[in-house]
Amino acid sequence: MTWETVIGLETHVELATKTKIFCGCTTAFGGAPNTHCCPVCTGMPGTLPVLNRKVLEFAVKAGLALNCEITRYTKFDRKNYFYPDLPKAYQISQLYLPICRNGAVDIGGGKTIRIHELHMEEDAGKLVHDPWIDQTRADYNRCGVPLIEIVTEPDFRTAEEVIAYLEKLKETLQYLGVSDCKMQEGSLRCDVNLSIRPMGSDTMGTRTEMKNLNSFKAVSRAIDYEARRQAERIEEGKRVIQETRRWDENKDASFAMRSKENAQDYRYFPEPDIPPIELSEEWLQDLKDSLPELAEDKRARYQSEYGLPLYDCQMITSDKALADFFEALVDLGTAPKQASNWIMGEVLAALSARSLEAKDMPLSPKTLAKLIAMVQAGRLNRNTAVKVFEAIFDENGDPEAYAAAHGLEQVRDTALVESVVDAVLAENPKSVEDYRSGKQKAFGFLVGQVMRELKGQGDPKTVNEILRSRLS
Amino acid sequence: MNELLQCTALELGAAIRKGEVSIPEVTSLALEAAGANPNNAFITLTPEAAMARAEELQKHLADGSASSPLYGVPMAVKDNICVQDVPATCASKILGGFRPPYDATAWEQMLAGGAVSIGKTNMDEFAMGSTTETSFYGAVQNPWDTDRVPGGSSGGSAAATAARTCWYALGSDTGGSIRQPASYCGVTGVKPTYGTVSRYGLIAYASSLDQIGPLARDAADCAAILDLLQKKDPRDGTSLEMPGAGTLLQSLTGDVRGLKIGIPAECFGDGLDPQVRKAVLEVAEVLKRRGAVVQELSFPVMKYVVPTYYIIACAEASSNLSRFDGVKYGWRAEEYEGLTDLYQKTRTQGFGTEVKRRILLGTFVLSSGYYDAYYRKALQVKSLIRDAFRSAFDSCDLLLTPVAPTTAPRLGESLSDPLQMYLSDIYTVSVNLAGLPGLSMPCGQDDKGLPIGAQLIGPHFGEATLLNAAFGYQQDTDWHKKAPKGGARA
Repeated sequence: MTWETVIGLETHVELATKTKIFCGCTTAFGGAPNTHCCPVCTGMPGTLPVLNRKVLEFAVKAGLALNCEITRYTKFDRKNYFYPDLPKAYQISQLYLPICRNGAVDIGGGKTIRIHELHMEEDAGKLVHDPWIDQTRADYNRCGVPLIEIVTEPDFRTAEEVIAYLEKLKETLQYLGVSDCKMQEGSLRCDVNLSIRPMGSDTMGTRTEMKNLNSFKAVSRAIDYEARRQAERIEEGKRVIQETRRWDENKDASFAMRSKENAQDYRYFPEPDIPPIELSEEWLQDLKDSLPELAEDKRARYQSEYGLPLYDCQMITSDKALADFFEALVDLGTAPKQASNWIMGEVLAALSARSLEAKDMPLSPKTLAKLIAMVQAGRLNRNTAVKVFEAIFDENGDPEAYAAAHGLEQVRDTALVESVVDAVLAENPKSVEDYRSGKQKAFGFLVGQVMRELKGQGDPKTVNEILRSRLS
Repeated sequence: MNELLQCTALELGAAIRKGEVSIPEVTSLALEAAGANPNNAFITLTPEAAMARAEELQKHLADGSASSPLYGVPMAVKDNICVQDVPATCASKILGGFRPPYDATAWEQMLAGGAVSIGKTNMDEFAMGSTTETSFYGAVQNPWDTDRVPGGSSGGSAAATAARTCWYALGSDTGGSIRQPASYCGVTGVKPTYGTVSRYGLIAYASSLDQIGPLARDAADCAAILDLLQKKDPRDGTSLEMPGAGTLLQSLTGDVRGLKIGIPAECFGDGLDPQVRKAVLEVAEVLKRRGAVVQELSFPVMKYVVPTYYIIACAEASSNLSRFDGVKYGWRAEEYEGLTDLYQKTRTQGFGTEVKRRILLGTFVLSSGYYDAYYRKALQVKSLIRDAFRSAFDSCDLLLTPVAPTTAPRLGESLSDPLQMYLSDIYTVSVNLAGLPGLSMPCGQDDKGLPIGAQLIGPHFGEATLLNAAFGYQQDTDWHKKAPKGGARA
């Protein structure tokens, strides 16, 4: 029997607002336990949530970029359950009137994934178990960090499609500036709903939900594992149980957490502390107008406008900060291909060597543009320029000053080069003889001698020209 | 009883500003009256803090900085309103040991107006009840007859104000919790328009219905208190700007000429004590003599208001009270094994019977499979009730109704029959469901000498009209001046 895998995704994305969704506490990652919280986000008696309007703005931006319909009259609901990481014992979320619905994401290869809905909600805290004292402690720093949950229709058939979607989603949200989408810090988390059915069937099989997927690799492996597990069960004559499973990355396997029979009744009802929100057409239009150019638009433009190869476009747009850097270089007059070469070569290498992200790049576009211009003008050779780049990268130093201070500029002083050439010719009559009798190798030797005299900084073009005219 | 204790908050405020009495003097007078906790009206008394505050206010008074007509007047705060560092128990075992590290916004507003709190008043546990008998700290007695209940849930605030242990008190009203005890205890109380007084720092019972308001000697005192309380608060998303906020007191004229007062027939039918009916209808006569126009009208949704209220209030309460789980603050069961057991034992032992009944009711109506039949239906009826009020206010300015079907019942009578107790909320709950302002004022006594209250209901933001009608009524009557004999009984 050949099986078809059917997958739907629920992705939680932490929004990059400075403050939390319902209070003024910072959303910064980390921090000593319970230092990024206040009476509101820890749900102390009598406190009330007040919506951070930035959250609404970010959620709508995300919805627009994912081609969703925006709900003009939206509400929050309470999702009730007891757990120590949820201090109010309910999560403020959206069920009945989510902010965005019915979107679509093109993941390439002619495939489109439909978005069922996108809603806003608050994150919970985390529990830290200390095995040494056998105690569990609650850290409420993450309580109230704003999230959007993006729910797709069951449109995926392979792990590759899922990864393509996640990459597209990550890229889009990063470009919008609504999330940094760092899976390792938990700012992008996804749950995989998966079922299988005989190829060609149009009925749905029983699905399971997989949690704790902390990397794209884990998502991919968990999908393969779960599809295989379900197929094996069915082929053994067992049935698939509707349950939530937890992926264990170390064991490369998943384990049942709870079955549907034990499913919680969340008793959703409208959140009475937050009035319904009505979006005006004017506000929406302003937001639409403010949407930045997204990666795929940039890729198309770089190809048509700058004639860059697709590979370059993909590399540069893989990170919005990098694309911004590229565009700044071009705006400063650097030739697009030169800019692209430097970014894909030296810049990425320097970032990677320092484990830096492009957004934290110390070097300014202006500095690099200046350096590239020096190469173009023949003032530095490419190899020396790379050395200068390395030297000034961390401090965003001035390439001209550095080159001058270290005597790295190429010698283009014709009089100086002429005198050195004359001296070298006088000292090497045999080579001059050889060259004139047709031995081309002798010319290379003479160039080398001149360059040695000029301590390697002679402009090759100038040296060649003068030497050739003296020998002719 | 000291004569000062008999005067109104505004009269005392005037005497303070004139220098006839000092703030420490009147504060110690109130503390002395409250010292033995008469009628069990207080859960926490804060004499040291009150005296320190009084001294400080007196010092600033000398600088000529009295910030309101109530500057320096001692008062009390219902124990579900957070006062920084003072225990806030909500009359529940489960909040034992909890001291909020913040002030409620409403309390901050009162502090800015120069209020001196002598303590936190007793109440029904989490404001759930109509008798102040469900308190973990014991029932409150009605100062008019200590065998009777003071009403609830703001029974401690009403009893303390009626017994002249303080000049006024803050209460909260979710389904009548200010108006009904005001009625049973013979004081004037106002449930403001929903949203006009911040709920930040009010420990929630039912968020969409809760509102803080005053219990005081008369309508003018209530106006002065509301002038301090009503302010839009950025910390409460449901907070609204009150048109003309802060001008209620100065707007009182007592002139009700041409004011159209509606009498809903459904509020004067079966189940209403004839003595109460007579006293309340007499209010219409008094206002008529002052030039008001009285008209009867129909309010057909009356029969649905009690079930609608209990479904919505309990649903919200079941969620609001989930945070009391023994994990973060308050009381925790002494022995438990594991997390679920910690939750179960803490909540089973920490909540009283009535609170558990309402949590279970609320959990039920929100449960999958029942939500549509109960909660959603209740929301639909709620909007019908709002419509009914809207059309009533198309033809009149105010509605006049009883506050409760009877005068104060005996202690213990209501607890045995919770359904009967719920039904007694019939005249008050619709006001909360519609978010309207409602006022309760004394309008007579029954043959046992117990106070009877009349309710005036206004449209949204209709506080000025409401208070002006009550002010006019109180110009011509003296029911609001009557105090229980002997006042406080320890």
